Amino acid sequence: METITKTKRKVNQERTVKISGAEAVVKSLIAEGVDLIYGYPGGAIMPVYDELYKYQKELHHVLTRHEQGAIHAAQGYARVSGKVGVAIATSGPGATNLVTGIADAQIDSTPIVCITGQVGSNLLGSDAFQETDIISISTPVTKWNCQITKASEIPEILAKAFYIAKSGRPGPVLIDITKDAQFGELDFHYKKCNEIRSYSPVPPLDISKIAAAAEIINKAKKPFVVFGQGVTLGNAETEFKQFIEKAEIPSASTLLGLSALPTRHNLNVGMVGMHGHYAPNVLTNECDVLIAVGMRFDDRVTGNLETYAKQAKIIHFDIDPAEIDKNVKTDVAVLGDVKDTLAEIIPLLNESKHENWLKQFKDLYEIEHKEVIKDQLNSNHEKMSMAEVIEALNVETKGEAIIVSDVGQHQMIASRYTNFNKPKSKITSGGLGTMGFALPASIGAKMGAPDREVVAIIGDGGFQMNIQELGTILQTKVPVKIIVLNNEFLGMVRQWQELFFDRRYASTVMTNPDFVKIAEGYGIEGNRVSKRENLNKAIAEMIASKESYFLEVLVENEGNVFPMIPTGATVSDVRLK
Amino acid sequence: MKKETYTISVYSENNLGLLNRISTIFLKRHLNIESLTVSNTEIENVSRFIIVVNITEDQMKKIIGQIEKQIEVIKAYYHTNDESIYIQAALFKIKSKLLFEERQIQNIIKNSSAQIVTVSPEFFVIEKSGRKEEIESLYNELLPFGIMQFVRSGRISVTKEEMKISEILKKQLN
Repeated sequence: METITKTKRKVNQERTVKISGAEAVVKSLIAEGVDLIYGYPGGAIMPVYDELYKYQKELHHVLTRHEQGAIHAAQGYARVSGKVGVAIATSGPGATNLVTGIADAQIDSTPIVCITGQVGSNLLGSDAFQETDIISISTPVTKWNCQITKASEIPEILAKAFYIAKSGRPGPVLIDITKDAQFGELDFHYKKCNEIRSYSPVPPLDISKIAAAAEIINKAKKPFVVFGQGVTLGNAETEFKQFIEKAEIPSASTLLGLSALPTRHNLNVGMVGMHGHYAPNVLTNECDVLIAVGMRFDDRVTGNLETYAKQAKIIHFDIDPAEIDKNVKTDVAVLGDVKDTLAEIIPLLNESKHENWLKQFKDLYEIEHKEVIKDQLNSNHEKMSMAEVIEALNVETKGEAIIVSDVGQHQMIASRYTNFNKPKSKITSGGLGTMGFALPASIGAKMGAPDREVVAIIGDGGFQMNIQELGTILQTKVPVKIIVLNNEFLGMVRQWQELFFDRRYASTVMTNPDFVKIAEGYGIEGNRVSKRENLNKAIAEMIASKESYFLEVLVENEGNVFPMIPTGATVSDVRLK
Repeated sequence: MKKETYTISVYSENNLGLLNRISTIFLKRHLNIESLTVSNTEIENVSRFIIVVNITEDQMKKIIGQIEKQIEVIKAYYHTNDESIYIQAALFKIKSKLLFEERQIQNIIKNSSAQIVTVSPEFFVIEKSGRKEEIESLYNELLPFGIMQFVRSGRISVTKEEMKISEILKKQLN
């Protein structure tokens, strides 16, 4: 009798083992399979950091040098791994420093969970030290956000956060946890979330829409596909390839779609948009059917909407119903995960040949090659062109590397000239155009894909926007390769000033420090190349290095990126010079 | 495209912060909200926002898409005035002595089918429910006599068509 009572008591005691809210945060992350987070400590998040110290074997924390660095690193990690990236920061400035990265993740559909500390719930609204209303601030740029004021809410809310961040069209979620909730106690039971009654992440398949789309594609004489990041996010690269191959459809990528289809695939006709390739931009206005796959008709892709593909029937495959008819009116909208919808449509497609149509793309490519590409790759300018550097990198990496680019001219050149063989190989800030993205994102990318070569390509402007993250490289020894293409200008703005502001170079001239010395100061081996004949060797040395490596290349100061569709112009009016 | 008055009905979870989330959708597009009312509904734990806007139908459709995208929103609809039954309520506070000195006021109240809510020695309060125009007309009639306070609520509305929220909730959980 006594034994039974003892056992009973023991069971009861086990059931009521209480842990702190802070420990529950860490245990919830571990329960979600998170093994790596990026962050920066501070007053209101210290209880969680104390638990991170205890659980450091299970959950590795990377200390960045700024909260913006933490979230961009989490973004880089998420985009190469397909997993949820996690960033953690304190209240007030810690939380607000995350905001640019949150907005970036929102517009580029990246699954991120941000955890911020908050002042104690008794102080909410009192303008306490380091109190900011991060819930209100982050509302327009998060997929979801929530403030926790009770320890007992932590497991359920975090489970919801992860489910929302990664399901459907992914996006950033912010969870703000008051300090008393971190100190408070709870019975910890973790149950993963897999449904929320008011939320349907993937719209149901509509077979009639798939049949209607197939019928239009089968009749098309000049079908044209524009694919975006939806293919990558849906892990639908195989289905996508089968789809375009079966119907033989020339396919162009958006900026974020790059690498979803190998660059040298015979149906890959390049990139669309403002600095995209000539053929796909011109022929957008000649195709008879335009099939958009996992893309959102961004204004940098479409140019003037009044004159965008008006002759074509539009078919739009997307997971987000709010994207349908948002910018371009569709004839058939196929809602769903593209992995499912493409798999459904493939059997309904006729095996077609579009030889003459494909030849139109090849002919226009020849024009672009003659007018732009040839000179870019064999520049007779004293200084190197950015394209020469990318081409030299292609030779060394053989198209196998992950390229993380920042924002500006070098981003466009890297997008236009890099050879991609594998998916998830191009990480860049697309929708938001966040300078300073690439250095921290490359750290996350390398940690998310440790077996792949990761090369950050950054301009001299963007490099200085989060240059402090060299410290994160120093501390973690993460072997990222960094190329700074230095033209001593904020090049893209300068190009616009040259073309549209009568060469008035307002605040675009950069007086730069000795970048190689700075890299060396952070313990990173560095080199500078100014002469063409030394380029290949320098890049080979960089790639051969087993450690992080910094390479500065002095490039042409006033080089321009062409082709170009001026803002608001028609896609087919793309300029070659 | 022509602007029109639309009544938006948003069925949602009763959630802290959702009002902010929905209002930012309008703010981001520089659109003005004419009125907004939030209340509970016939379904337990489900709230209903009634938002009145004057915008084009194209804008309206995009806004509905953005509202429905919010995690806690179950369903959002928009209706024209013809498709819904709607009223607003207004309160008028008026000096009591006018009720006796200005015989006309009594007729105005009677003819407008307004109700007297309370009468005190200093003031009386009348309540008028109806279309915005009816309330405005009563306002204009009372104005010359002096109105101490006036307030009008946001629109409340029910739709002529059936709203299948319970079914949607069941379907989304299966």
